[in-house]
Amino acid sequence: MLSTLGYASVIAALLGAAIMTLVGFRAGLSRSGNAVGVALARRASYFAFFGMTAGMAVMEVALLTHDFSVEYVSRVGSLETPTYYTAISLWSSLDGSILFWGWILAGYAALFAFTRRREWSSFAGTPVTDRGLAPTLRMTPLITAVIGVVGLFFFGLLAGPANPFGLVSPAPANGPGPNPLLQNHPLMGLHPPMLYFGFVGMTVPFAFAIAGLLVGNLEARWLRDARRWTIAAWAFLSMGIVGGGWWSYDVLGWGGAWAWDPVENASFLPWLTATAFLHSAMVQERRGMLKTWNLTLMIGTFLLTMLGTLLTRSGIIDSVHAFTEGVIGPLFLAFIGVVAVASLVLISWRADRLHAPGQIESPVSRESAFILNNLLFVGFTFTVLLGTMFPLVIEAIRGQRISVGAPYFDMVASPIGLALLFLMGVGPILPWRRATGEKLKRSFRWPIASGIVVTATALALGMRQLYPLLTLGLAGFVLTTIVEEFVTGVRARRRISGRSVPGALLDLFVRNGRRYGGYVVHTGIVVVALAISVSWTWKSEREETLRAGERMAIEDYEIEFVELWGRDEPQRFVVGATFNAYRDGHPIGQQSPRMNIYSGGQQPIATPAVRSSLTSDLYLTLMAFDNEGGRHATVRAIVNPAIAWLWIGGMIVGIGALIAIWPRRSGRVRTAGDDLLASTASAVSTEASQRADGAAEAEREGELAVVGSGGGDPPTGERLAP
Amino acid sequence: MGFERHGGVKKSRLWMLAGLLAIGAAITLLAAGGLSENMVFFLTPTELEAKGTEVYGAPLRLGGQVKPASVQWDADTRDLRFVITDGDVEVNVRSTGAPPQMFGDGIGVVVEGTYGEDRVFHSTNVMVKHSNEYRPPDENHDPHETYKSLIEDGA
Repeated sequence: MLSTLGYASVIAALLGAAIMTLVGFRAGLSRSGNAVGVALARRASYFAFFGMTAGMAVMEVALLTHDFSVEYVSRVGSLETPTYYTAISLWSSLDGSILFWGWILAGYAALFAFTRRREWSSFAGTPVTDRGLAPTLRMTPLITAVIGVVGLFFFGLLAGPANPFGLVSPAPANGPGPNPLLQNHPLMGLHPPMLYFGFVGMTVPFAFAIAGLLVGNLEARWLRDARRWTIAAWAFLSMGIVGGGWWSYDVLGWGGAWAWDPVENASFLPWLTATAFLHSAMVQERRGMLKTWNLTLMIGTFLLTMLGTLLTRSGIIDSVHAFTEGVIGPLFLAFIGVVAVASLVLISWRADRLHAPGQIESPVSRESAFILNNLLFVGFTFTVLLGTMFPLVIEAIRGQRISVGAPYFDMVASPIGLALLFLMGVGPILPWRRATGEKLKRSFRWPIASGIVVTATALALGMRQLYPLLTLGLAGFVLTTIVEEFVTGVRARRRISGRSVPGALLDLFVRNGRRYGGYVVHTGIVVVALAISVSWTWKSEREETLRAGERMAIEDYEIEFVELWGRDEPQRFVVGATFNAYRDGHPIGQQSPRMNIYSGGQQPIATPAVRSSLTSDLYLTLMAFDNEGGRHATVRAIVNPAIAWLWIGGMIVGIGALIAIWPRRSGRVRTAGDDLLASTASAVSTEASQRADGAAEAEREGELAVVGSGGGDPPTGERLAP
Repeated sequence: MGFERHGGVKKSRLWMLAGLLAIGAAITLLAAGGLSENMVFFLTPTELEAKGTEVYGAPLRLGGQVKPASVQWDADTRDLRFVITDGDVEVNVRSTGAPPQMFGDGIGVVVEGTYGEDRVFHSTNVMVKHSNEYRPPDENHDPHETYKSLIEDGA
């Protein structure tokens, strides 16, 4: 019963995606416009979302009511699993996660359609110019159509090879429950959805890019929108990655958050290219350059999310041969190939419109910093991709199995990461076009001084490793530039509005959230960089076997073994060891690292005991215990300084991104009419918007007096007269 | 002045291009060098034997099953010895530290380390193979019950 209902919902979503695609392309590609078709494509987006929501609800009901006649439930459900983990086992295996993925995709499609509903409702009455319909109007149905194509692929998987709603007959009385590792920590309810929202969200900017290419509208206008969608997805992805690190830290028991595991790399790769795009898009908005580059980044990010799904879900990592046994892997690979080839064809077809009118005028300018930033991000992507894919390629070609160790990734990531950190301080201060020496001196005086002071202090405190020293120094440098930016901004706002300091600060976020939210994101990244550097440099580890009453000291902590205990829980048996913990001689409570033995699992899953503080974590893992009498336990103790700042930094990044995309009243609320006006009478509006940009820039510099007299840049694309 | 400026632009573009190329080259070199230094071969016991002296001292990963009843572990010194087998060839493994989460006989493991003239694999890292897919418990071996009895007998 549930099985049929669920399958019907998926078919409904598939139908919705088919209509989105067919009608969307027809309406968007016809020059005269087709208001009926556009409205239909919009409703199809809602309908697909309705179908996927129903499908997911049916699956949740099946999971929670333990309907083992549904194939997926029979694979991941069990009567003993706690309700929370039963509910989230939706994404604990392949088919369920594709269902969840499809639901998010349909959700993005519906949200996109919803944000453009006004534009579409006025579509019918829109006058058609002699050049045909305004390209911006044709974008909307085309974006829907491209999302529809991706929907067809995913919903098609659900209707065919990855159908989670298959019927099992006779239905078993109970199931095995989800993979023990995935029901061991509450973060499993948060980390995978975050990642999926991030991954799937990259479909929207991809759809913008393809639609832009199809229409031949490659101006910076829609790029702002595409960038906002990217920030939203990027923020989810960032928090998903940090959340994954947190999960790994709290569950896996080796005391670290990141191991350059292929699964981790899979989530990191699209993050890198999306970050590159967030920066390079600003160059195109401002100077009209890097059009092809931006399209490539948007499309590339989407392809990397697909590759990531392929890597994590097809079993390809364990062995190339496991990959060829399944159907899903080759299908994904084919989809990636088709999208890549189609995108290349589209880009070369539109090559004539991709000519970049702007030019780099000086290597010391904001655009140069952005280009350097992009080179580094793409270089980073390339090196991580190389290290991740190399073993697969070697195995496929030579049959030889190799692995690329974490040292490789550390070795390449450290210098690139440091260079990016440096640019993070430099970029926002440099003016567009070219910098004058005097201005540079003024802006960099304090940051450089603070960088030097921080490095010198670290040296004096006995720090000798190069990379951590550089990280600290650069962090001081970057944070000072950010503080400077805020101080200048607050001062300028106070001069205009006469508000208090907090009021002026709030004003900055409300009026120019994009810029100042960006600085908050940067602050979060610096915090993360500091946490990584400090926790890796001063991490200490000790492993010993202790008998009752015996103590072990590590750094400023000490632990005393009390006893070993066992506890029966419905879905597992828990063995724990209790330790009294002390810091600087003061008791800080009892810690109980445990081993959870799941009936279905083959080996016990350790649950470390983590006592976290802002300065350092005490991390205990039960490694082994006395099988015959429970007299001794082997424990690994790790002291991780400052690692809590890794999670805090991740949250700061999320908050900053939220500020950056928060809808603003003062922001341009665009309607179809505005766009049409803009595209026909562009001269006036371009100048106006240039003035507005100029005002923002001038405000940053605290030079409000010059706004009227051309403080802004000349219009995008204007060449300098020779 | 117009000319000067144009010339300046050209020159700075050249500088820019040279700089970008240099950085691109540096990243490529870094990646290539890093890759060749950190490539670790993954071998089965049979492959290890076939390679002979060629692999002595090189960082390796050895994968196979823990030979039943071969695990010897001293809780106090944390000296760990066991035998990895792929059914045909057996390799002695030595390591310091607790067996990860107390692996049992016959479980799949991957050990990282070096192999030398003493014909012993000196492991720095022992990893139990994690599987994302569920495998039904062995008829004769219910870990739940096994561990439960261990603790209760002790107490």
